[in-house]
Amino acid sequence: MIDRETLSSEAAAHALVERIEALVTEPVALMEVCGTHTVAISRFGLRSMLPPDLRLLSGPGCPVCVTPLVEIDRAIAVARTPGVIVTTFGDMMRVPGSGSSLEAERAEGADVRILYSPLEALGIAESEPASEVVFLGVGFETTSPTIAASVVAADKRGITNFSVLPFFKTVPAALDMLAALPGRALDGFICPGHVSAIIGADAYEPVARDRNMPCVVIGFEPLDILGGLVMLLEQVRAIKDEGAHARVENQYSRAVTPEGNTAAQALLADVFEECDAEWREIGMIPGSGYGFSERYRSFDTRQRLAVNVPPPAGPTGCICGEIMLGLKLPTDCPLFAGRCTPRDPVGPCMVSTEGSCAAFYKYDRNDSCGS
Amino acid sequence: MDESGKIKLAHGSGGALMHELISELIVARLSNPILSRLDDAADISDIIASAGEGDRLAFTTDSYVVQPLFFPGGDIGKLSVCGTVNDLAMKGARPAYLTLGLVLEEGLPVDDLVRILDSIARTCDAAGVSVAAGDTKVVERGGIGGVIINTAGIGLIAAGTNVSGDRARPGDTVIISGTIGDHETAILVAREGLRLEQIIESDCAPLGGITAAVLSACPDVHVMRDPTRGGLGTTLNEIASRSGVRITIDESALPLDQRVRSVCDILGFDPIYMANEGKMIVVAPASSSDAVLDAMKSDPLGRNAAVIGAVSEGGGVRLRTVIGGERPVVMLEGVQLPRIC
Repeated sequence: MIDRETLSSEAAAHALVERIEALVTEPVALMEVCGTHTVAISRFGLRSMLPPDLRLLSGPGCPVCVTPLVEIDRAIAVARTPGVIVTTFGDMMRVPGSGSSLEAERAEGADVRILYSPLEALGIAESEPASEVVFLGVGFETTSPTIAASVVAADKRGITNFSVLPFFKTVPAALDMLAALPGRALDGFICPGHVSAIIGADAYEPVARDRNMPCVVIGFEPLDILGGLVMLLEQVRAIKDEGAHARVENQYSRAVTPEGNTAAQALLADVFEECDAEWREIGMIPGSGYGFSERYRSFDTRQRLAVNVPPPAGPTGCICGEIMLGLKLPTDCPLFAGRCTPRDPVGPCMVSTEGSCAAFYKYDRNDSCGS
Repeated sequence: MDESGKIKLAHGSGGALMHELISELIVARLSNPILSRLDDAADISDIIASAGEGDRLAFTTDSYVVQPLFFPGGDIGKLSVCGTVNDLAMKGARPAYLTLGLVLEEGLPVDDLVRILDSIARTCDAAGVSVAAGDTKVVERGGIGGVIINTAGIGLIAAGTNVSGDRARPGDTVIISGTIGDHETAILVAREGLRLEQIIESDCAPLGGITAAVLSACPDVHVMRDPTRGGLGTTLNEIASRSGVRITIDESALPLDQRVRSVCDILGFDPIYMANEGKMIVVAPASSSDAVLDAMKSDPLGRNAAVIGAVSEGGGVRLRTVIGGERPVVMLEGVQLPRIC
């Protein structure tokens, strides 16, 4: 076990920053697609240590942020349905729908409960058999296996008043879309540590091979991130100077293997099937979501509750889409920190603590409170 | 006192059952010459008698709501005494008397009430305060989680003591009495039933002893604050804003229990914003820094005390990260919510 003090030693960080400075001789843009990376980069003040020509962009790595407005509205409509208990991870509570939020619905009397694990929802379903218990299935490959496991457990325990509203997203298809963007302004991907522990580092081989995009799986301690940046920048340099081809590298080998967690993958394959998915502010990405497999389709809330969801009315003037595509930074948005704040968010990136705008607001503004 | 062992609406009715509750359960446990008189108001003139030339009075109130009512390291009773005693102590006052307002929910097990009252009595003894007056109400079942407690407190500020949130000055040192985030993390783990290998205890404790030691070692302390709701980050912002200064803290100097750090990492919480109930921040002239630190460390509640930062010209709160980066520490917006992945 590597101890955390070693992973954050200031001298080691300084040495890595010097290597990064030597490698960045012209503008380079690297993107992370994981909320934990977004927060870690901001929270450890990494941008303040790195050369200005190295841009660290936050992609669509926050599952709350990429859930389409119409699906938020659907969750709100479900919460309004009499006899329904909506259960969810905490960061869905404040996401604004077209005219409301789950937090507002709860204040109005809806039964919305924050859970720390989807398995808790099964206990609620068993103790309140007259209610329909709905879990909001938001998340990437890190979260979807535990939700799949709870569906399998519900099936085994014969629980029939539990279902999941599936908003699942998968990472590799989104990376491929980003890498294929015309006029792409990205030089490499900081691949997510937690997701990769499930899907394996090999999952990024197609993006590296077909799109010539350097991919490095990176951990979350500050020295992981700095070390991973060195690996990415060395690839970028080798591609430019020597015409080398991009490849997948694994900085986070203490947690991530090439093949990933095959048991979790088998569970996902059993309960879900790949589907096209709409990403908020980005659009449809083929093969980037999960729906239920035939065998477990009765656990899909949409099969059980018919709710009327009016056409969504989204925010105007928000550039979350461009931010998540790596085209803009949160500070480029005219609404940032003025009209749009974590207390009163306009766009999805300001809502979740792991959204890029919220992380920028909390950690990267130069004018902190009181100045 | 009642075969059902549960609090009933009749316990708040003003009749015999209520008198039995007050005399047998409450006064019996918190007994002191003033409270036992059961007059409509308490005569606390002895505070005036004990005051010296130039001494001043401090007065405060707070209400306490917590789930679960009992948690590792404390309970709502202990919390309701510590919270108010600590508010007095942070003003440099020696706590003297509390009032105790109990709002009980119909159906509360009497055994739970007894545990809470015993805990209040123990904590009052430890803090050197007495309950001088009280009130009990019973409300219908539903929505208040068993018990709500209000306490008000009064204490004496010695002449010459002048601590306030607006007195931080450039050149001052910022010192904390121990690890951050223990209370809120303990509550969270207990409430959510998170299964951990080791128990995390709330730091809930009365701080009157440690504030007295600090003031005695350094009468010229500028600011004393207890970083409760909103945690260290919020309290430092309040101090920086009220004093019109910049506070820069060093992340590697922040005392943090490994278990608290692990739980916060998993849930995506920042310990700098997690509530404490037994910690204090002191802002003092740099020349007194060692004296304050030694005074804190001489008290068991301050054994992990550390110098965490300094005050300079400017505004806001900055943090130097463990690897030498720098970032702002802003006021927390709303509550921290557990993340998805």
